[in-house]
Amino acid sequence: MAVALILVLVALGSVIFHLVSPWWWTPIASNWQYIDNTIIITFWITGAVFVAVVLFMAYCVYRFRHQAGQQAHYEPENKRLEWWLTIVTGVGVAAMLTPGLFVWREFITVPDDATDIEIFGQQWQWSFRLPGPDGKLATSDARLISPDNPLGINKDDPKSKDDVVIEGGELHLPIGKPVKALLRSADVLHDFYVPELRAKMDMVPGQVSYIWFTPTRTGTFDVLCAELCGVGHPQMRGKLVIQEQKDYQAWLERQTSQGFARLAPSPVE
Amino acid sequence: MVDVPLGPGGVVAPTDIDDVELYHPHSWVTKYVFAQDAKVIAIQYALVALSVGLIALVLSWLMRLQLGFPGVFAFIDANAYYQFITMHGMMMVVYVLTALFLGGFGNYLIPLMVGARDMVFPYVNMLSFWVYLLAVLVLVASFFAPGGPTGAGWTLYPPQAILSGTPGGQEWGIILMLASLMIFIIGFTMGGLNYVVTVLQARARGMTLMRMPLTVWGIFTASFMALLAFPALFVGAVMMLFDRIFGTSFFMPAIVEMGQPLDRSGGSPLLFQHLFWFFGHPEVYIVALPAFGIVSDLISTHARRNIFGYRMMVWALLAIGALSFVVWAHHMYVSGMNPYFGFFFATTTLIIAIPTAIKVYNWILTLWRGNIHLNVPMLFALAFIVTFVNGGLTGLFLGNVVVDVPLSDTMFVVAHFHMVMGVAPILVIFGAIYHWYPKVTGRMLNDTLGKIHFWVTFLGAYLIFFPMHYLGLMGIPRRYHDIADMSFVPQSAHTLNAFITIVALFVGAIQMIFVFNLFWSLRHGRPSGGNPWRATTLEWQTPETPPPHGNWGKEVPVVYRWAYDYSVPGADQDFLPQNQPGTARTAAGPAHG
Repeated sequence: MAVALILVLVALGSVIFHLVSPWWWTPIASNWQYIDNTIIITFWITGAVFVAVVLFMAYCVYRFRHQAGQQAHYEPENKRLEWWLTIVTGVGVAAMLTPGLFVWREFITVPDDATDIEIFGQQWQWSFRLPGPDGKLATSDARLISPDNPLGINKDDPKSKDDVVIEGGELHLPIGKPVKALLRSADVLHDFYVPELRAKMDMVPGQVSYIWFTPTRTGTFDVLCAELCGVGHPQMRGKLVIQEQKDYQAWLERQTSQGFARLAPSPVE
Repeated sequence: MVDVPLGPGGVVAPTDIDDVELYHPHSWVTKYVFAQDAKVIAIQYALVALSVGLIALVLSWLMRLQLGFPGVFAFIDANAYYQFITMHGMMMVVYVLTALFLGGFGNYLIPLMVGARDMVFPYVNMLSFWVYLLAVLVLVASFFAPGGPTGAGWTLYPPQAILSGTPGGQEWGIILMLASLMIFIIGFTMGGLNYVVTVLQARARGMTLMRMPLTVWGIFTASFMALLAFPALFVGAVMMLFDRIFGTSFFMPAIVEMGQPLDRSGGSPLLFQHLFWFFGHPEVYIVALPAFGIVSDLISTHARRNIFGYRMMVWALLAIGALSFVVWAHHMYVSGMNPYFGFFFATTTLIIAIPTAIKVYNWILTLWRGNIHLNVPMLFALAFIVTFVNGGLTGLFLGNVVVDVPLSDTMFVVAHFHMVMGVAPILVIFGAIYHWYPKVTGRMLNDTLGKIHFWVTFLGAYLIFFPMHYLGLMGIPRRYHDIADMSFVPQSAHTLNAFITIVALFVGAIQMIFVFNLFWSLRHGRPSGGNPWRATTLEWQTPETPPPHGNWGKEVPVVYRWAYDYSVPGADQDFLPQNQPGTARTAAGPAHG
């Protein structure tokens, strides 16, 4: 009896905790509302299954607990029931997987009008590169990295002339414009992680990975590293500032005028 | 030595010595230390694994102290914190759970449950344990090595695992870790071959595969998988050792470390991740399948009811085992691998939910119309279902590629895998120890202590890990020794962290009741008799309890029925042992012969 009651409390307690929990996701600041919706669908389906299973157990424990003279029912199999349950499970799984795969296609298909930017990680700081007026980033290679060229930009590439390099970890982006972030690392794995964007991806030395998103809300957001990168991992911080177009433009012009003066690496605070 | 009488013509007549005699150890050392008896080896494995578990428990306390009360304990700096999480993770997954389920329960239960006298290769079996012990010693030695153990995270991702920015990366830590893993795999291979061959070759007459208890099926499938999966980790470890010691570039592309270019190029960090998870995902099921098997038998025995849908349970086990080799990259959705892999691995991962769900249904349908005895092993089995279902369902979030994107590398992942492959299998281990302790020692564990241990462990673990999911949902990343200065984290999250820490300390401390019970009951436990749970499987039918070397006395048992003849209508007791003649039965019911 007590056991059945506690099982019921576990099931209901979990649901109540879910409903009243003050710990919930951060308000979204990108176009990935789809991801949040898929999470909600998944919560509903899995929550229903969890409650059903635990309540069923609680009922069994209450109803079929041992009493004098009681005998269990002998029934090795019930093919019909087993197949029926399998099919229902398959349908539930498909209901979660299908929207998931559609959103994933969306997630990895970058729109044509996205602006390329570069996010560059090294132990333990962030740097960024914006393409300048030509809208294109120059090629790069880790072997070109030097104190004069902290991101290893290929200076022979004509597109490098107007690239804007930002060291010290504050990236500004305009609201409403899709961005394709090319992700590079100088040394170990890092991961560009802004909880409000929902999108994240590892940065792997020796290759370029990417994510894309459209900022949908102005504000200043924390940039964290989400892939263990050594002992300074939790201190690898930056800021993402989403601004209206004209504020962004003003910021960008300040960066461009300072850009050439700042080619030497600035010490991390 | 046995005095061998010579027959006529000076030849030994084969019938003059019982074959049992040939097995027996003849000194204290060969009986208890360099033992070849699978049951003694099992206890050796279990004691070492439980000791490592206690070390891992203390490490988890230390990391929880830092998370709950950051900065209060000055000795837990970032360096130490990363060393603690790394060692905790690797110890629990490999040196505790794998070793305990396969080396411990596998050794004890396989020969007894299939009606064999011992493992087929007893000497190799003994070596397996000693090599395992060596692996543990090498691992523990890294605590005392210069620079301390590695702090690379239990996944040991290069390049950071072997660079100076990571504790132990350029010192001894990572070398000892990789060496220890390689030694462990060598030891496991010896044991694993034994388990598989014993199940295939040494079953008693009448013990067809489809009459085996699910415990044996689970351990057998897991051993088979481990033999296929561990080599991937082995070669990964060899390659990383070469990268670390000889300066090769298997996993090292051109890198500029702290402003200094390294003399490496061309390697792929992702290659290691593929090798690691090709091992790592099957590893999850290597831990889970024995737990599935054991819990099936606990539920059936204590509900006095045949396991529901036995054949489906066996096929589900095998399906999970096979599928688990094609889902590994779901750990790598945000690793920077080709994003199109996401479609394939999300699909395979969610498909694996179907056989897993079938197992859950059949467990709870076994309870339906049962005659449920809420003994301590049964309580643990029920709690296993709750935590396993909870952890399995959150797996559907993480397996569904796009849902994983915001959640990966957050505390949600930590909560998920602790619930599903930490708490759930450990509850089964506890249940199994309460269940089989009487066979091992001839005495029952104390019931009251067992119930206290159960309730605190189950409810406490749930209170630790259930709310933790919500910290991850909020966005708090894992592997942060301090979550200060995050604008999106409210004060209440720190309070929740402190709460989790306090519960974790309490639940950890209560485990001492269990340890005490193990020792106390050895002398003071109620004598159990040979079959205290009135169970059908062969290990409960041994002529003596605890079973001596050779298990069966003069005659090995003959099997007449499947493992689940509980509450058969018309029978004069509510269980029919597998070796009891009469109407033969299989999973499909009264059988053809």
